[in-house]
Amino acid sequence: MGEVAAALALVAVAVGISRWRGAGLESDIVIAVVRSFVQLTAIGFVITAIFDQDTLLLVVVLLSVMVVFGAFTARTRAREVPDALRPLIIALALSAVATLGLVLALGIFPATPRYLVPVGGMVIGNAMTASAVALNRLGDEMHSDAARVEATLALGATSRVAAAPSVRRALRSGTITLVDSTKTTGLIFFPGTMVGMLLAGADPTDAVRLQLILLYVLLGAVAISALTATSLAYRNFFTPAHQLRDTGGASGPDSANGQAGGAIG
Amino acid sequence: MLFELERVSLRRGGKPVLTDLSVRLPDGLNAIVGPSGSGKSTLLRLLDRLSDPDSGTVRYRGTDARELDPLRLRREVALVPQLPALLDGTVAGNLRFAAEIGGREPDVAHLLEVGGLDASFATRDVARLSVGEQQRVMIARALASEPRVLLLDEPTSALDERARDSIEATILDLHHRIGASIVVVTHDIAQASRLADWVAKIERGRLVGQGTIAEVLA
Ligand SMILES: Nc1ncnc2c1ncn2[C@@H]1O[C@H](COP(=O)(O)OP(=O)(O)OP(=O)(O)O)[C@@H](O)[C@H]1O
Ligand SMILES: [Mg+2]
Repeated sequence: MGEVAAALALVAVAVGISRWRGAGLESDIVIAVVRSFVQLTAIGFVITAIFDQDTLLLVVVLLSVMVVFGAFTARTRAREVPDALRPLIIALALSAVATLGLVLALGIFPATPRYLVPVGGMVIGNAMTASAVALNRLGDEMHSDAARVEATLALGATSRVAAAPSVRRALRSGTITLVDSTKTTGLIFFPGTMVGMLLAGADPTDAVRLQLILLYVLLGAVAISALTATSLAYRNFFTPAHQLRDTGGASGPDSANGQAGGAIG
Repeated sequence: MLFELERVSLRRGGKPVLTDLSVRLPDGLNAIVGPSGSGKSTLLRLLDRLSDPDSGTVRYRGTDARELDPLRLRREVALVPQLPALLDGTVAGNLRFAAEIGGREPDVAHLLEVGGLDASFATRDVARLSVGEQQRVMIARALASEPRVLLLDEPTSALDERARDSIEATILDLHHRIGASIVVVTHDIAQASRLADWVAKIERGRLVGQGTIAEVLA
């Protein structure tokens, strides 16, 4: 714990910079530091308990809680999408089940809590970011493109066809962050897993091997969640009679924050 | 009767846009006139079931529009919105897309011709067209499904006199050549009298008169 306290010196630097330049982020930084401390400490205890118990049921419970929290968090960035919660829960759950299922079926990791908890957490975290970005974009697109969408409906197109260009752009923006960072991995930045393993004294080849596996798994997870979220959520903009719902165009205050970077493993 | 609205009311954003509106539009050439913000576009969208009224009934050829399949209705009753809204790509791409949705063989050359555009427009990028040209492509695109009724929302509001005259000629030509019924929304009384035989006049979402041009606009 002494090292953690020492690292707070860098937080002091951040607070100092914010105050010096009037960025107004001091209280946000303090909140972030306190929350990260409390949340990570708590999850540390939870994971210890789950590892001790060594039952898969607890893993499922933990990951389910993460899915629900992740969906609520993602919804705050998808305010312009009506009833975004359900698509988000399904997107996160499906991407977790599909990727973890595939990982186990291919024998990439053994089916034990020690692997499932961290990999599952990372999958859900990245799926959350991707679907949040995708739905944020979808909301903006459907708003700015409403005239075009309705003009396409007027030709007798279904809502699916009319929304397709918006859905395509939303899917793309949800996935592209991870694709781009995967491209530059090792050149411009070291992903977290690799850094963690190196710091923990692992052999660099092992660190690289595991990092590659995780990157590939995450690419799949991100694509599945962005696809699921957008394919379900676009429907909420339409009535069953293929009419564009009057969403009043109320733009959420957070709509500009949707492009936040991915929490890559 | 082509369209009949019976005691139609509609609210948008908490305020009444159409109030207890009863309108009849016969087969042929119709105009809906009224000042800006009176609810003309809102009314036109009801005819194509792009939205439904809060209360009252919209009938198309005697059938309650709610009982009609909206997709089939919109292929038979084509609406050209007030502002051009083409899909990214070429003019021909837009025309083919619309024909495909309408289940028709795309005849790009023919559609361009009835829209009053020469054949060189086929390969033009829609992003590089003038508003008047886009408006023509919108009309040509609406014709791709070979509709029986054409709903036009202020088809010439953004155009100069010459372009306006030429679109008006195209509209009348469509009616005479393919026998399509037309409902044109306009704030311009003179245009209504040039284009229509029957007029419905609305103000603040209420009907203030309907009948022949001579009766209503006298
Ligand atoms: N989605 C909406 N939310 C709130 N109010 C709306 C909405 N759509 C239209 N309105 C209001 O309804 C009224 C009628 O609008 P509409 O577009 O039908 O008018 P219009 O007669 O076509 O006008 P213009 O000639 O300017 O096109 C206007 O006062 C408009 O502000
Ligand atoms: Mg209008």
